[in-house]
Amino acid sequence: MLEFLRARLTQGTRTSPFPEGGAEFPERFRGRPTFDRDRCDGTCSGCLAGPSALVSRAADGSIQLDAGACLFAPEEAAACDNGALAFTQDYRLASRSRSALVSPDGEIELARALDARMRSLFGRSLRLRSVAAGSCNGCEAELVALGNVVFDLARFGVQFVASPRHADGLVITGAVSRNMGSALHRTWEATPEPRLVIAVGACAINGGPFRGSPEVSDGVPDKIPVDLWVPGCPPHPLTVLDGLLRLLGRIEDGRARGS
Amino acid sequence: MTGLEELGLRNRRAVPLAAVPPEPVERFRQRVIDAVARGWRLVAFFGTPDRGGRTLLLALLAEDDTGALGACATLVGDSYAALTPDCPQAHLFEREIAEQCAVRPEGHPWLKPVRRHPPDHAAATVDRSGFDRERYEFFQIAGEEVHEVAVGPVHAGIIEPGHFRFQAHGEQVLFLEIMLGYQHRGVERLLETEERLRAVLVAESIAGDTVIGHAGACCAAIEALARSRKTPRAQTIRGIALELERLANHIGDLGAIAGDVAYQPAAAYFGRMRGECLNLLMTISGNRYGRGLVRPGGVAFDITPAMASEARDRLTRLREELIPVADLMLGNASVQARLEGVGALSKEKCSELGIVGPPARACAVPRDVRYEHPFGVFRFAHIPVSTAWAGDVLARCLVRRLEILRSLEFVIEQLGGLPGGVPRVECGTLRPAELAVAMTEGWRGEIVHAVVTDDAGAVRRHKVVDPSFHNWSAVAAALPGNQISDFPLCNKSFNLSYAGHDL
Repeated sequence: MLEFLRARLTQGTRTSPFPEGGAEFPERFRGRPTFDRDRCDGTCSGCLAGPSALVSRAADGSIQLDAGACLFAPEEAAACDNGALAFTQDYRLASRSRSALVSPDGEIELARALDARMRSLFGRSLRLRSVAAGSCNGCEAELVALGNVVFDLARFGVQFVASPRHADGLVITGAVSRNMGSALHRTWEATPEPRLVIAVGACAINGGPFRGSPEVSDGVPDKIPVDLWVPGCPPHPLTVLDGLLRLLGRIEDGRARGS
Repeated sequence: MTGLEELGLRNRRAVPLAAVPPEPVERFRQRVIDAVARGWRLVAFFGTPDRGGRTLLLALLAEDDTGALGACATLVGDSYAALTPDCPQAHLFEREIAEQCAVRPEGHPWLKPVRRHPPDHAAATVDRSGFDRERYEFFQIAGEEVHEVAVGPVHAGIIEPGHFRFQAHGEQVLFLEIMLGYQHRGVERLLETEERLRAVLVAESIAGDTVIGHAGACCAAIEALARSRKTPRAQTIRGIALELERLANHIGDLGAIAGDVAYQPAAAYFGRMRGECLNLLMTISGNRYGRGLVRPGGVAFDITPAMASEARDRLTRLREELIPVADLMLGNASVQARLEGVGALSKEKCSELGIVGPPARACAVPRDVRYEHPFGVFRFAHIPVSTAWAGDVLARCLVRRLEILRSLEFVIEQLGGLPGGVPRVECGTLRPAELAVAMTEGWRGEIVHAVVTDDAGAVRRHKVVDPSFHNWSAVAAALPGNQISDFPLCNKSFNLSYAGHDL
């Protein structure tokens, strides 16, 4: 008993003060990608040859960034010899629409809160069911980490539950493998309405590193409407938490600034 | 003598494919079966399409006592006589060959799908249409009071998908069948077809909790084929990252096991300490799981002197906080009572099935790639092999605790004297028509990446064996005789990767 009390005293309280602070990252942390048009001389297309679908050309031929497709690999920024591509320290990435993750400079329209009715239902108590469908277990590991004493998701009234029938929404991770397609759909159908769908990680958004494999469907299929998109490979737990709290109207401020 | 030693193959070396000429299938069978009977272990066995609609089968074996690796090959048509009846270690490999290459191992006693996908390494002439992913027949036990329990693929917690089918008598499990494949993403085909950097990113995503392990083995195979020699500094940084990954996962596992037996203090403390190790990996690589660090030719990020000294301080503090909690948990009588005797695996079963990693070491089988087939920094800085003998959940916990302490000691020591040299050197083109084998002791056990190049120096076959591929058989073998309600605890004590198995 004495040892137990001693351990309790030594361990102390470790809960992060987030969202009031607690979001410090080491220097090398790779957050929201940005594109600095002024540093692009427009003569090469090196950035398009990067290892992911982060950079592409918009309909008018200009360069655009898709944070949803970003794998947050150092080589994605290094693909530009002029240093126009860079990773910032900004961990805030979640958005309400797929298109809001795409922009000319990496600016993301961060998630807006649910409407008043949905907030009155879920604002103080949200039960989620996790479905991994063709993932690597990296995103799930960060979802599990959200439950530890540091991030302590439960203090915001959000919990992961054992059955879709007990849930208000699904958190989908993975590129949605062919072998998980029908199980995912049935789990979604088993979740009572109104329900939320949260797509976590590059795989769920566009297939991530497995994009193009005949064994996956490159992310959550269109027939399952998504309410919150959380980029990352995997997203830092605070990226997920920030998205959830914005969705519930617990964090409100403007847009993440561009470069 | 098995004739395998003469090849001179070692961990992380390459040999010309011509040195492994295809033998008649009967000689190939006999050679593998004899070698396994003499104590060699099947580390990989796979097929790749060859000329004339035939399939080249390659078996890779390891002699753990001497660190030797062996390879033998044969060419088969659409069937051959299965090895499994004489060599149980081949059981899952042969099911995989049947599924990937559409080659039937005749006489295989349990020829069921492994991941449920159409053939992806078969001759062009093989008919792939009409493949039914849902076709799978479960073993059933009939009898009064025998009942069946089906669990998954969507489980109760935040867990990967898999399906477990129990045949039970009351609460007692008579038989457990595990059907996987839900996480199948076509990893091996991507590794074979994507350009090098993209392939490494795929390797980092084979199992998201084993980024360093898989990327390390993948790059080592590429480096062997390119004759690229890493600097001692790069090797040490990779070794440090590998042990940080082991620390994070082992600490997390002890916490998860504590949570499963409702010993909340340890679950909370270990859960937080796991994060400390991930945050150290983030300081070095910019990502909590070490993504972006391991690259062909070395590492993409150096460890600065300031970083090294801060990391040493943080790990020294972690050690001081961790030891009392581990003692608290594993010294608690009610925790011990809950872990002891549950999910026991015998040493004989372990050898027969070719089990690897902590579950093998918990059965007093001192199997550890870092010791038996040493690579990189582990050739110079030895980490003692941690074993226990009872083979149950408690033994697997004790092995983890020992490994945590030894990895902490290793990392703290290595951070104190990083060797010189650049972190990364150029890694050129691959030699044509060669075979390279790279093994790593990931935190779950032996990871194997075997790469075969074609005559133009392109990747012809990239075989991945995650430790979970071997060890899911151990879960199925450890459960009969236990209660269904002990399954979560037993499963957690193995903590295998669904993604790593499913590829």
